Amino acid sequence: MASGALTDSSLTDRKWIARGEERTSLPRFLLWLTPWAALLAVGVYAAGLCLDFGLNQTNMDNRFAFGLWIFLDLGVIALGAGAFFTGFLVYILKRAELKPILNTAVVVGFICYSGAVAILMIDVGQPLRAWFTFWHPNTHSMLTEVTFCISCYLLVLCLEYIPILLRNRQLRKLPSFLVFEHQLHKLVPVLAGVGTLLSFFHQGSLGGLYGVLRGRPFAFRDGVFIWPSTFFLFILSAIATGPSFLMLVAATVEKVTRRRLMPADLFRRLGFISGLLLAIYVAAKSIDTLIWLNFTSPSAGFAPWQYYTHKPFGTPILFTEIVLFGLLPAFLLTYRKTATRRAWLLSAAALACAGVLLNRFVLTVQTLAVPTLAFDEFLQYTPSWQEVASFSGVIAYGVIVYSLSYRYLPLFTPAKGESNHVSGN
Amino acid sequence: MKARYGMVIDLDRCTGCGSCMMACAAENNVPSLPQASARTGLTPMLVRRVSNGGEGTARREVFIPIMCMHCEHDTPCVKVCPQQAVEVDKATGIVMQMPQRCLGCRYCMTACPYHARYFNWWDPSWPTGMEKSLNPGVAVRMRGVVEKCNLCHARLHSAQAKAAAAGRREIDSADYVPACVESCPTAAIRFGNLADQNDPAAQEARSPEAFRLLARIGTEPKVYYKSKEAWVRALAESNSGPPSVIERAEAHNG
Repeated sequence: MASGALTDSSLTDRKWIARGEERTSLPRFLLWLTPWAALLAVGVYAAGLCLDFGLNQTNMDNRFAFGLWIFLDLGVIALGAGAFFTGFLVYILKRAELKPILNTAVVVGFICYSGAVAILMIDVGQPLRAWFTFWHPNTHSMLTEVTFCISCYLLVLCLEYIPILLRNRQLRKLPSFLVFEHQLHKLVPVLAGVGTLLSFFHQGSLGGLYGVLRGRPFAFRDGVFIWPSTFFLFILSAIATGPSFLMLVAATVEKVTRRRLMPADLFRRLGFISGLLLAIYVAAKSIDTLIWLNFTSPSAGFAPWQYYTHKPFGTPILFTEIVLFGLLPAFLLTYRKTATRRAWLLSAAALACAGVLLNRFVLTVQTLAVPTLAFDEFLQYTPSWQEVASFSGVIAYGVIVYSLSYRYLPLFTPAKGESNHVSGN
Repeated sequence: MKARYGMVIDLDRCTGCGSCMMACAAENNVPSLPQASARTGLTPMLVRRVSNGGEGTARREVFIPIMCMHCEHDTPCVKVCPQQAVEVDKATGIVMQMPQRCLGCRYCMTACPYHARYFNWWDPSWPTGMEKSLNPGVAVRMRGVVEKCNLCHARLHSAQAKAAAAGRREIDSADYVPACVESCPTAAIRFGNLADQNDPAAQEARSPEAFRLLARIGTEPKVYYKSKEAWVRALAESNSGPPSVIERAEAHNG
């Protein structure tokens, strides 16, 4: 009898799944997780090699001091901006119709930021000295601002994730957890405000990382007060593509689970917000590029077009970034006829996300590849398998955390039902 | 008096022998890394070979030693370091790197327009027996931190100690000479206090043949170069990129 009961309980996790929710069987779910767990294991092994033997395991070098990791970190942090921006829209601007995506936004944000921080810890040569930045901060460094804001914002995301975690069917049975969740949830609007402030600065400072580099004329930008123009462009591009990425995540989950999780209207609303902000970003980026081409670069004695003479970084990359991955998705996301068609909407969202990744790639990789000294040469860099595997591990980690969250937590709550959860009932 | 230590390197005298690189490595306990490539090795002093792009008899070449330029204004590496592991010593003008505080984020390497900063990709190691020849005055840097030329700061300390022992506040300029300067067989590198108008280095820095790399970005580097060859001066002061790249860029602009 005892053995039978044990077998029954080990075969099903039904009692951990929210009442009334349909989820696939546990064996099937475990089968889905297996390849991702294998990928995560490879990633952890590769990261272990980098920590144990040092960064000689990567293909970075003295000239290509930043590589795949920094590019993808910037990318995922931009894509994870949907977390703070949705919180800002829901709690600060009172756009309650976006509540159904809020929990997913928090989980996606948590995954993106925790994954990025994990990779950063491998990427630095002395990870145990990370606290030095808090102890000996250089207030003039954009990286100091980034470190402070990302660390604090990750804490905010944890605090936002905990109430979602505590809504699990079994965890809710513990009175102390229920009270804790209830009390913590009261803080969520405050956390949304703090998260918005922190994200504003770290998204901007990530752009500022490159904009302040006077010694890298390809990236250097004039700006306002202490902030180069890339500071504002990074904020704009992140809040423009964050909602698009959330749409893609929700659509992917709908596809995998074969069920409708969000109303079509919510997709359109997110798409419109994303498209509108993307249009503003494209306008700002175009103006910035024209100023750089005509004033910033020439005034420092550099012919800007020379940076586009190195293949594959020709002018098509600039055209792709601004027009194909900027203007086009902005139009598709806001034009009524395309915005009402799911395929167009999601394609445009994918283009917008590709645009922000391309922008981060250009600033990270092209900046380091093009020469600065007159006798420098164009440089090439190909990431090592350890670099690729480490980041693949982060992607696998993201899929696993999201899958577990989707299975056991109320991620897609309808707007009407949200108030019940908030009250803790 | 505050000093501004700097160098003037006469490129017409440099034969590219590499003595400066060897002396620098020996003085500063730069490890022997046979596994390193040209782009992952530690070369705080690096002699680069540059040509005018010509063919046959039209071809001209010059050797340009590259090290930290000890930028004085808006120093790119100092500004970006998140934990103040880099600073400009106000008493000497030397840009100092503190490996003990370095996080190894490599942001300073990205910021340096001269690519004069090096990361310790490997644990330091030397062939058996060679560790006995290490300079006891210079700390060995560990894996995962950035290093660069600090104008042989250990020698400055020795000179200051000698002056203090003799009851003097100022060092004797003959007591502080970086290893690369001392080792150059053609005396191509002149070192001195650029703030002292009577210092021979300061006088050479004011020569019409003297120039600085990327002076136009406004970081006020304290390493000067000198050449009678117009094409060498043009290469350093002209637009960025090798001549072929410049031509292509001009053609692109129409």
